[in-house]
Amino acid sequence: MIHDEEIRRQVIEVIAEEFELDPVALTPEATLYDDLGLDSLDAVDMVVALEKKFGVKLANEESIRSVRTMADIFALIISLKPAGQ
Amino acid sequence: MNTGNDVSTTRVVITGRGAVSPFGIGCDPLFNGIRQGNSGVKIMEEWAAITGLKSLLAAPVPDFDPRPYFPRVQRRSMGNMALYAAIAAREAVNDSDLSAEQLASGRIGVAIGSTTGSPEAYDTFYRMYLPDQSIEEIKSGFFFKVMGHSCAANVSLSLGINGEQWAPSSACTSAAQALGLGYLLIRSGRQDAMLCGGAEEVHPTVTMTFDVLKAASRSHDTPLATPRPFDVNRDGVVCGGGSGILVLESLNSARARGAAIYGEILGFGHVSDPQHIANPHDQAMATAMTLAMKEAGVTAAEIDYVNAHATGTRQGDEAEACAIGNVFGSTVPVSSFKGHIGHTLGAAGALESIILTEMMARQELIPTQFLTNPDPACSSINLVRSLHPGKVETVVKNNFALGGVNCALVFRRTVHDS
Repeated sequence: MIHDEEIRRQVIEVIAEEFELDPVALTPEATLYDDLGLDSLDAVDMVVALEKKFGVKLANEESIRSVRTMADIFALIISLKPAGQ
Repeated sequence: MNTGNDVSTTRVVITGRGAVSPFGIGCDPLFNGIRQGNSGVKIMEEWAAITGLKSLLAAPVPDFDPRPYFPRVQRRSMGNMALYAAIAAREAVNDSDLSAEQLASGRIGVAIGSTTGSPEAYDTFYRMYLPDQSIEEIKSGFFFKVMGHSCAANVSLSLGINGEQWAPSSACTSAAQALGLGYLLIRSGRQDAMLCGGAEEVHPTVTMTFDVLKAASRSHDTPLATPRPFDVNRDGVVCGGGSGILVLESLNSARARGAAIYGEILGFGHVSDPQHIANPHDQAMATAMTLAMKEAGVTAAEIDYVNAHATGTRQGDEAEACAIGNVFGSTVPVSSFKGHIGHTLGAAGALESIILTEMMARQELIPTQFLTNPDPACSSINLVRSLHPGKVETVVKNNFALGGVNCALVFRRTVHDS
């Protein structure tokens, strides 16, 4: 099991790399669409990137559809309790 | 932009050029590479691991970082060929001095072809899909990289073009058809200007298609001297990558905004040859050239130069030499650019037309690279053997494709008032 803070760090790392964003901008309150400029295609790629990084399945999770902010992503991944890398 | 052109009198000129080629990004590296007699061909060492592939040769676009060219949101849907097309299109638009407002006016469209969508993207997809029959790691951009109109769509997106979007796909004549289509759309009055051309990327699956047909060069000698169009020792094509984009525009529009003009397109000949899916026939080639000249209102005696499709295959070069000899006789200078940049397939018609406009501007004849011993079967025509000054005013440009597509365009440097 990895600690929540480490999960948050890794989520930021994955999203910053996938979408060429400055990690500093990926604050918990940052909204994916309005603040970070992501769109529906990016949402597809975000799921692929997070699933690959954390070895979890998000595609069928109802909760992925309600994700609005970085904090929502942190909470979702933490709730799935990914195993250590 | 001008609107309301009379269909019967609308004339079409070239007002912009953009290129990505085996010599790098931009028209200038292309012109310099060609005029200096350089070759973009290299040995693809990594292809040696492919069982059965005998041709390890290609003329790829040199690697570069695409990030400075387009934002991520645009790059995510671009395979290499669409990236090349978008870079070339931007150069052509800047060269033509078209504004963002003009591009968005609906009076400017695109016609940009390729043989297929990005083979590199297909490769990535099947490497993920086939081992476990799983698509779980497939990204959203996949389809937009492999769709047949990937280049046209990505160019339209990156430049904010609201006019017509076409994507002729006919392998080696894709760009020639795109130029012909753009010419027809402007003549018809549907568009005032068109960004026309094609794109292709080097990938082993592309070379394989010719290798399977025993039509890909296997001359790996050092120094490399292949492909060799019209040479007695030619042994097939070397596939190349890149994109050529030309801005075609109605003469009225170009004159109204004071655009520089590289030349006029006077005619487009385009015929299907149903005799065989792969074998070329000189009669169909000759008909394409003859129809193009008829539409142009010029005779064979008025043609100063023929830019051959000649890819370096045994059958293709011989048939084309025969066709050119039958139409023009033995005095009109002829050369092919495949020795310099390989066969860029879907991009060939456009990259070669761009080089042709430079020949017209410089009044200079460019020889066929690596042609040292003309094949007697091809030597009844006047093959250009060295770079030298010459009259290049009214020219014919050929491109032919597997599947029986035969295209010829007639260009003239000077716009005559009529």
